[in-house]
Amino acid sequence: MKKTQDTLPSFELPKAKTGIQGLDEITGGGLPRGRPTLVCGSAGCGKTMLAAEFIVRGATSMGEPGVFMTFEESVAELSANVRSLGFDLDRLVRQKKVALDFVHIERSEIEETGEYDLEGLFIRLGHAIDAIGAKRVVLDTVEALFAGLPNHAILRAELRRLFRWLKDRGVTAVITGERGGNTLTRHGLEEYVADCVILLDHRIIDQVSTRRLRVVKYRGTPHGTNEYPFLIGAAGISVLPITSMRLDHEALNERVSTGIAGLDAMLGGKGVYRGSSVLISGSPGTGKSTVGVAFLDAACRRQKRALLFCYEESASQVIRNMRSVGVDLAPWVESGRLLIHATRPTLQGLEQHLVEMHSLVKAFRPALVVVDPISNLTISNRDSSLKATLMRLIDFLKEKGITGVFTSLIADGAIALADTEIGISSLMDTWLLLANIEANGERTRTMQVLKSRGMPHSNQVREFVLSRRGIELIDVYMPGDRVLTGSERVAHASRVEAASTGSSRAKRKEGR
Amino acid sequence: MNAVTAAKTKKKAEKATPSAEWQLRLYVAGQTPNSVAALDNLKRLCESHLAGRYEIEVIDLLVNPKLAAGDQILAVPTLVRKFPEPIRKIIGDLSNEVRVLVGLDVQPIAKGPP
Repeated sequence: MKKTQDTLPSFELPKAKTGIQGLDEITGGGLPRGRPTLVCGSAGCGKTMLAAEFIVRGATSMGEPGVFMTFEESVAELSANVRSLGFDLDRLVRQKKVALDFVHIERSEIEETGEYDLEGLFIRLGHAIDAIGAKRVVLDTVEALFAGLPNHAILRAELRRLFRWLKDRGVTAVITGERGGNTLTRHGLEEYVADCVILLDHRIIDQVSTRRLRVVKYRGTPHGTNEYPFLIGAAGISVLPITSMRLDHEALNERVSTGIAGLDAMLGGKGVYRGSSVLISGSPGTGKSTVGVAFLDAACRRQKRALLFCYEESASQVIRNMRSVGVDLAPWVESGRLLIHATRPTLQGLEQHLVEMHSLVKAFRPALVVVDPISNLTISNRDSSLKATLMRLIDFLKEKGITGVFTSLIADGAIALADTEIGISSLMDTWLLLANIEANGERTRTMQVLKSRGMPHSNQVREFVLSRRGIELIDVYMPGDRVLTGSERVAHASRVEAASTGSSRAKRKEGR
Repeated sequence: MNAVTAAKTKKKAEKATPSAEWQLRLYVAGQTPNSVAALDNLKRLCESHLAGRYEIEVIDLLVNPKLAAGDQILAVPTLVRKFPEPIRKIIGDLSNEVRVLVGLDVQPIAKGPP
């Protein structure tokens, strides 16, 4: 503890890392060390889980033993509940890293006569702290005392003394409180715990529930003031800062091939920058997924690992369908170079997706990630949250130098770009637009580079063909003042050829 | 006087097996005014209403902090009626005799001979 204090700059408040993913980022390093923090929220929003993780992380990875004093659940119930997060409280108790105490008062068996104080509580807490040398304390939730003790005047005075006492003991404390009507907590605990207040919230939007966390106040330190979504997953709580605090990832100069020779040529001949983000948008059937898979195939050919998040097709379906355009992904999957993660996006919050992506990317450490398609993730979410989610994902990928390829379905044609596209596209370094041109009784696939940051790129609309040989970009065919595509181009080309053979004959004749 | 002696002998005799009819336990924390007052009040009350039928065990939590959890002690002083069951708890300095008697469910003995 002393060490941490010494290494911190003198002007900054000493902080205790919670070890909870994302929370330390928002609070700029954790909760105020040696002071109580109030965590409040309505029922079922994760107060106890946050408190439990604070204790467990402290005990396991920060070397700070902790006391968990519960007023609502018995010790056995608590242990069972946090086991779902993969925390083994019983083991930590045996190792003397955690002490649990269940404080329970039954209103019906208590009678009050005359003066008293809550010294018994202090003694219990003090004893537990001393027994394991605790640096952290959780009181969950001390408000239960209001139901058990009729004399609130004494109780309030004693709580004030308790929080003072916790400060004097120098323990970093988390006190939970139930959300009240007009106040943050039902019994106004925020009056006593004034250093740091964290508010948790559980909201349902379009049938998808999202938990949110906000740092209401944090004395003496700057902190993120927004609402941040958080999740209670299999490995504990993760809070997702909307954007990382800074935009300071390193720009890489290395270029990687897109897997399509013609496209590489359009992008200055070398493909996209490694660690950049690529958006492929287009209406249905324009070949977005296929172009995305070309990126994957190219990465695997470079002996790199690649990861595909697929929200429309199953893995085997992707492999089968890609064979039809001459790309065989099966060997890559078998050799472990390619991971296809196919799930249905329905009824899972964007945050849940994001966490899943994060953990998979962390575990698999790919060089390239393809998300196909991002537009499907919004099935039950508003677009603003999609942009935020993507921003976080892109930030995360960029930080790791991973190239990100995102496909997006747009309504129709090249002109009708939905608002969301414009919003998302500002996050992207390279934007490829695929479109079907329908003319003269046939459809022709075209591709254009709408933007590509930091490199010269072609402004032409190029025709491309999906065939057994893969994706091929056809050279621009511009015989006169217009570009010809599809069978028109073929017809014109053969006419020209016929004419040129004719004219060359004529020339030969002339030469004679 | 005779009754008291008889009760005392009875108490001694039954020490090995669960003893007196009323088993009371008073939790205190050091010699605070509340604790001292509570013990005085309790002794007086027991002598006048439960003479010879009670046992008082005083537990100082400053000496034995471990024992606080067992009886779920928060407030100090706390009087716990261990027996007869069910367990009852009375918190405070026990200054209000009537309420203590109600809390312990003791039939008050009227002053003076019946």
